[in-house]
Amino acid sequence: MRRLSVLTILLIAASPAFSQGFLTPLGPVAEDQRAHLIRVTAVTMIAIVPVLIGVPLILWRYRRGRGAAYRPGFEFSLPLEITMWGVPTAIIIVLGGWLWQSTHKLDPYRPLGPDPLQVQVIGLNWKWLFLYPDQNVASIGTLVIPEGQPVQLKLTTDTVMQSFMVPALAGQIYAMPGMVTDLNLMANAEGEATGRNTQFNGVGFADQSIAVRAVDDAGWQAWVEGAGNAPALDSASYAQLGRRGSASDAASALDLPDSRMRLSEPDLFHQVVSSYHDGQPIAPDQQPGAPGYQPEAMK
Amino acid sequence: MKLLGNLNWDVTPFSDAINDPSTNTFVAAGAASLVIIGAVSVLILLTWFRLWRPLWRDWLTSADHKRIGVMYIVLALVMLARGVAEGAVMRGHQAMALNGGPLSADHFSELFSTHGTIMILFVAMPLVTGLINIVVPLQIGARDMAFPVMNQVSLGLTAAGAALIMVSLVIGRFETGGWTAYPPYTGKVFSPGEGPDYWIWSVVPAGLGSMLSGINFAVTIYKCRAPGMTYMRMPLFTWTALCTAIMMIYAMPPVTVSSLMLALDRYAGFHFFSNDLGGNMMNYANIFWMFGHPEVYILVLPAYGVWSEVAATFSAKQLYGYVSLVTATMSIAVISFTVWLHHFFTMGQSASVNIAFGIATMIIAVPTGVKVYDWMATLWRGRIRMTVPVIYLTGFFILFVIGGLTGVILANPTIDYQVHNTLFLVAHFHNVLIPGVLFGMLAGIHYWFPKVFGFRLDETWGARAAGLWVVGFCLTFLPLYVLGLMGMPRRSPSFTDPAYLPMEYLAAFGAVVILGALAATFTTYIVSIRHRKWLAVPLGDPWDGRTLEWATPAPVPEWNFAVIPEVSSRDAFALEKEGGTPYAPVSRYADITLPRRTTMGLTVCVATTGTGFALVWHIWWLVILCFTGLLLTMIARAFATNTEQIIPAAEVARQHRRWLDAIAQNTGITRDAECTSANRGLAAPDEVIR
Repeated sequence: MRRLSVLTILLIAASPAFSQGFLTPLGPVAEDQRAHLIRVTAVTMIAIVPVLIGVPLILWRYRRGRGAAYRPGFEFSLPLEITMWGVPTAIIIVLGGWLWQSTHKLDPYRPLGPDPLQVQVIGLNWKWLFLYPDQNVASIGTLVIPEGQPVQLKLTTDTVMQSFMVPALAGQIYAMPGMVTDLNLMANAEGEATGRNTQFNGVGFADQSIAVRAVDDAGWQAWVEGAGNAPALDSASYAQLGRRGSASDAASALDLPDSRMRLSEPDLFHQVVSSYHDGQPIAPDQQPGAPGYQPEAMK
Repeated sequence: MKLLGNLNWDVTPFSDAINDPSTNTFVAAGAASLVIIGAVSVLILLTWFRLWRPLWRDWLTSADHKRIGVMYIVLALVMLARGVAEGAVMRGHQAMALNGGPLSADHFSELFSTHGTIMILFVAMPLVTGLINIVVPLQIGARDMAFPVMNQVSLGLTAAGAALIMVSLVIGRFETGGWTAYPPYTGKVFSPGEGPDYWIWSVVPAGLGSMLSGINFAVTIYKCRAPGMTYMRMPLFTWTALCTAIMMIYAMPPVTVSSLMLALDRYAGFHFFSNDLGGNMMNYANIFWMFGHPEVYILVLPAYGVWSEVAATFSAKQLYGYVSLVTATMSIAVISFTVWLHHFFTMGQSASVNIAFGIATMIIAVPTGVKVYDWMATLWRGRIRMTVPVIYLTGFFILFVIGGLTGVILANPTIDYQVHNTLFLVAHFHNVLIPGVLFGMLAGIHYWFPKVFGFRLDETWGARAAGLWVVGFCLTFLPLYVLGLMGMPRRSPSFTDPAYLPMEYLAAFGAVVILGALAATFTTYIVSIRHRKWLAVPLGDPWDGRTLEWATPAPVPEWNFAVIPEVSSRDAFALEKEGGTPYAPVSRYADITLPRRTTMGLTVCVATTGTGFALVWHIWWLVILCFTGLLLTMIARAFATNTEQIIPAAEVARQHRRWLDAIAQNTGITRDAECTSANRGLAAPDEVIR
């Protein structure tokens, strides 16, 4: 099995086609997910290979007119029954144990180390907004993280349900308005990856991808400091982000030099989440992401 | 109030095509034209061949379970043609969708939404319901369903949903949030148009109809079995039909309810699933998949039933592991209600919840695996004939286990985090639904077709179709696994990574092969009808069958059995043939009571379609008119007393004796001549001929 895994990894690594998927991981979570995929596949083969080989053999050997043995009354065999039920059960017990272990180990809510970097993520139609409350940085459509440091994402949306995924780092998690979900991830090395929303949310769905950059310490410091001179993200500019459009549409509407903004309202994330819990109806022209959204109509 | 609600001339794709001529609008207008041309040609052909009377008398108003079953299957085949065409358009679009593509994103999303809704609710469901309708009463020795008129009503409701989806192609737009229609995207705030309403009013009647079917099947199997047909003597197909029926009863109401809750949100300002005022979309996901997961087993269990019959009959053997197969079927039916959460492992619940549902999901693989091994053991040491159903069975064996493998992979929450919402998932469910359900149903149609129509289907064209389906499936859907592992999300109107292109091209080519498979399937039916004299099997037993339904003439008379048989074992007919006592003469015939023809189902169909259409377009007077009509029809039916017809004993005797005489004058054929015109439906054992 070990040799099989090595072989599979080599095959996959050799294929540049998988460069953006989790089969070319950039962090420990995706690495474990890939390993889990390979061992589950290998063990399940025990149940499947007999079918793939046995069916053609049986069809050929016992075809009518060939004169092979014929036992029309054969309808029960205790040893065969025990094997048929026993082997799949044993496989499922093994797989179930692994499932238990790995699901706890790779629980997206479990931080990957002490003191993770906090990033708040707001899904909008059709872009992702990243807030770094401790650094006072905001970024539209680009997620920059320091390599080797655990990162904790807190996710919500200010529109419909979305699903945030960066395959090379970790799997996906849904983000929903008025609710907060977590995703913990980490990059092992410097590198670039693509992420996106995978839950269909309208005509701009295909554009809702993000660039992910894992940078070294110096790069991280420079990126954070560079945001100090960027335009401020406050209620007024946030209202513009709620309009339907891609990240680059938003950047040009707000006249941004790059994806960065200065986060001037550190509490923005919680304001967005709690806006759905104040017991007031939200009119269609005040719902970010809705076709009738008119931020000017806001007070 | 406007007389026609929100309707106006600008809602048709034709006006779109005139105002904004492009590939995108031409495709939409072309599809709408096809619907209109198709409907008009059917009307012209019916008039030309003077078929209105027989259509009305023998089909639309018939309460005969076989005819209702056939109408279900015809409905499914019509919808299959549309569903496959939509799939092919989507694959073609996506192959050109690097940074764009010929269709607009809105149009593409309408396509994947109708494709999914149609394939599940208006192709797979009617195929399954139709086949159960035809076969189960014959297998258990019953004259009809327990509730023949309710059977009509079920069909009427399903057809109403299908009609509304067809109308949406010509008038207005369909929903764009996929066949699952997750709010809040499909709520009024984000989808203010008529699209989600079309979806709701197609799904609600279909869901109701399927629930009624479930009740009908279950009661029929519980109450209408012939004397001696104990549960453990029932043919396996009937067992799977029973499990499916029970699941329909419990699994269809959730989707009806969740759709109606969505309707209350959209029409009456409720907040079940809205963003504000305490609405919660997670409730929708839960309720929907409480239907959605059992639904896949509702569809696949009857296919398992077909495989059990096909494997035993065409290997000329007793079914291996009857008790195992029954146990496995029942286990699947029960466990399938405990796994729905695996459709949203990624919704943010705790790891422990995911583990419970992940392991429950994996456990289903055990009984499913046992079934596959049981069919292999059935074939082992048999005398296998490579007929069309066995070709489908072979394709099923090889491809379905791959779907099983990816199912076990997806059951792992950790891996699901990576492949959920990607084309890997799309490949997986097509991998279980096409080789599982569709192959099973096509094999079942080939197998039981002669029982209903009196002639076999052409083997050559049938084999071509089966081969094309297998190849087309592989070419189209195996590449999607690769794309999914590369991270390509499902429902993508366009993409930017050129690495996807090779697999996209392969899948698009596969879609062309599937179009060929569909054409070959229809050609099979046409060729067979033209050669029906050559293919006729009036004596009723073309495959040397083992169960009761083969002990009747083909086509089977309206009353199924001249005398209700007495059953003393499993595979009763096979045992009689071995003992040399089949086709025993009957000493005394009795009058037979059958349900009278009624327009009930048709009225329900028309009134429900009208109500749905009026609700979509807010034409309130028409809503009231149609819905009142619907209620009055039901009330009026409750007062109808003359609901039965009597077939005189003399008529039954005359037809039955004529059939027995024909059998006595025929020597029968061995299985070597099964696919020749010598096969008139009388089986002779190998030994006797030698």
